[in-house]
Amino acid sequence: MSDARIPGAFLRPGTSSFSDFLAENAPDLLPARRSLPAGSAAEIAPHGTTIVAVTFPGGLVMAGDRRATMGNVIAQRDIQKVFPADEYSVVGIAGTAGLAVEMVRLFQVELEHYEKIEGSILSLDGKANRLSALIRANLGMAMQGLAVVPMFAGYDLDSGTGRIFGYDVTGGRHEEASFFTVGSGSLFARGALKKLYRDDLSSDDAVRVCLQALYDAADDDSATGGPDLTRRIFPIVWVVTADGAVQLDEAAIGALADEVVGARMARPDGPLAPLPGGGEEAQA
Amino acid sequence: MSTPFYVSPEQLMKDRADFARKGIARGRSLAAVQYADGVLLVTENPSQALHKVSELYDRLAFAAVGRYNEFENLRIAGVRLADMRGYAYDRRDVTGRGLANAYAQTLGTIFSSGGEKPYEVEIFVAEVGATAADDQIYRLTYEGRVADEHGFAVMGGDSETVSTYLSEHYTPGASLGEALTVAVAALGHTGDGDRVIPVEDLEVAVLDRTRSQPRKFSRLRPARVAELLGPRGTPEHAAPLPDDGAPGTGATTSSTDDPADPTDQVSGNVAPLENPSTGEPPSGEPPVAPPL
Repeated sequence: MSDARIPGAFLRPGTSSFSDFLAENAPDLLPARRSLPAGSAAEIAPHGTTIVAVTFPGGLVMAGDRRATMGNVIAQRDIQKVFPADEYSVVGIAGTAGLAVEMVRLFQVELEHYEKIEGSILSLDGKANRLSALIRANLGMAMQGLAVVPMFAGYDLDSGTGRIFGYDVTGGRHEEASFFTVGSGSLFARGALKKLYRDDLSSDDAVRVCLQALYDAADDDSATGGPDLTRRIFPIVWVVTADGAVQLDEAAIGALADEVVGARMARPDGPLAPLPGGGEEAQA
Repeated sequence: MSTPFYVSPEQLMKDRADFARKGIARGRSLAAVQYADGVLLVTENPSQALHKVSELYDRLAFAAVGRYNEFENLRIAGVRLADMRGYAYDRRDVTGRGLANAYAQTLGTIFSSGGEKPYEVEIFVAEVGATAADDQIYRLTYEGRVADEHGFAVMGGDSETVSTYLSEHYTPGASLGEALTVAVAALGHTGDGDRVIPVEDLEVAVLDRTRSQPRKFSRLRPARVAELLGPRGTPEHAAPLPDDGAPGTGATTSSTDDPADPTDQVSGNVAPLENPSTGEPPSGEPPVAPPL
């Protein structure tokens, strides 16, 4: 390129979507545009695992464990799987870690790009739909074992509530009312959340509920990492409210994790849920 | 065969520069001022929707005066360049110098190419660093010249007057409130006296290195601007610019066909094949091609 002037495509008015712009002008940069040889690549790529999210009045909490696995090997102990998407939303990833992190990077730029070009923030549903499109573009790779299944959650500035969106590999999205989990340990975490969730949680209690659920996931799923007390590696926790998304600092999560692990020393299966109509209550 | 007019290259460039300069001077001034925590960008802009100052990237802001459609194109190109580079490499690799160079090449090529009309714009690319010494203000002119400015810079409108006022009153390392007060006073200063610009007519944005987010750009809302400026005299709106509020004229009701008026509703009085240089109607005979 001998002409140093900005290429015409950059100056042409049109799309406010960064991924559409890339698809037209630099398709090699899109994570989903790579062609793979036939066969499954699932065995050679590290996978990330469990993410949980819980809403509370006025916001939501999203937390993820820190383990990435490759078959029976722990590929990374301190991977980050929950990211800020923009000032008012967060995205957590499960599935092929390398692709998922790249997809999150693209999603972050996509939201920021729209905001800068249009001068206004996308609606929460608009953001969730953009993520759908990115996941759908990855379907070919998902069929070769490189699936990415994120979870998106954010504070809806219009309704003043925290909202959670789950996805499948085809880009289908569904909204979850109160809590949601993805990843290999999600079944165990969801069971814990069912017993611990109530709709009047405070933000601190919502964080506790998330840590309990992640502990239960790590308890029964080998690919989910529990709190690592010797290395002081704890889940990553983001709290999103009307003031924006904030990552809880290491010291605060460390203290809460110590509390959770301490209680499990006395009762390894975790907090006891009340049983309405059961024997003890009937006597009381 | 007609002889093409000869225009010397000097004259051609001078004409193009005059054309661009006139377009830029027609608008209102925009000032960029360095203060203790970053760079402040202020202009008088009654529109809340059409911005002259906006965000390019984490530490970069864009400000422009002149023709809106032209600088809006350049702004979008800058956002796309910055986002693409930051995505392909790393967010730290997007620098003000890189963008200023891209803008300079683009404006320079357009200015000197015969086929396009020169852009009637002037641009600042401001960058905030870790300390005040790392802050940069790049000024780009319509012909692609780049200069890096220190302390403060003014473009558009009566920039000389505003610039002179700022050079007399600017103090380095001022707080945001002090810097804003001086900048707004400078924008309201003219040869015939000072004017208090109403808060709602001001467009104010900062690149603030103390912001906790990676994105350092933020717009100051009118309420915050009023709080920073404190009590001032009676505000007075600016006199409308010659172009303001002058939409294209509608069809005129004249019943005669005026070849100079493209909106008149009458035609046919002047035959369409008049002699283009004299304006005389044809003699009645259809034009005949000259023999070869």
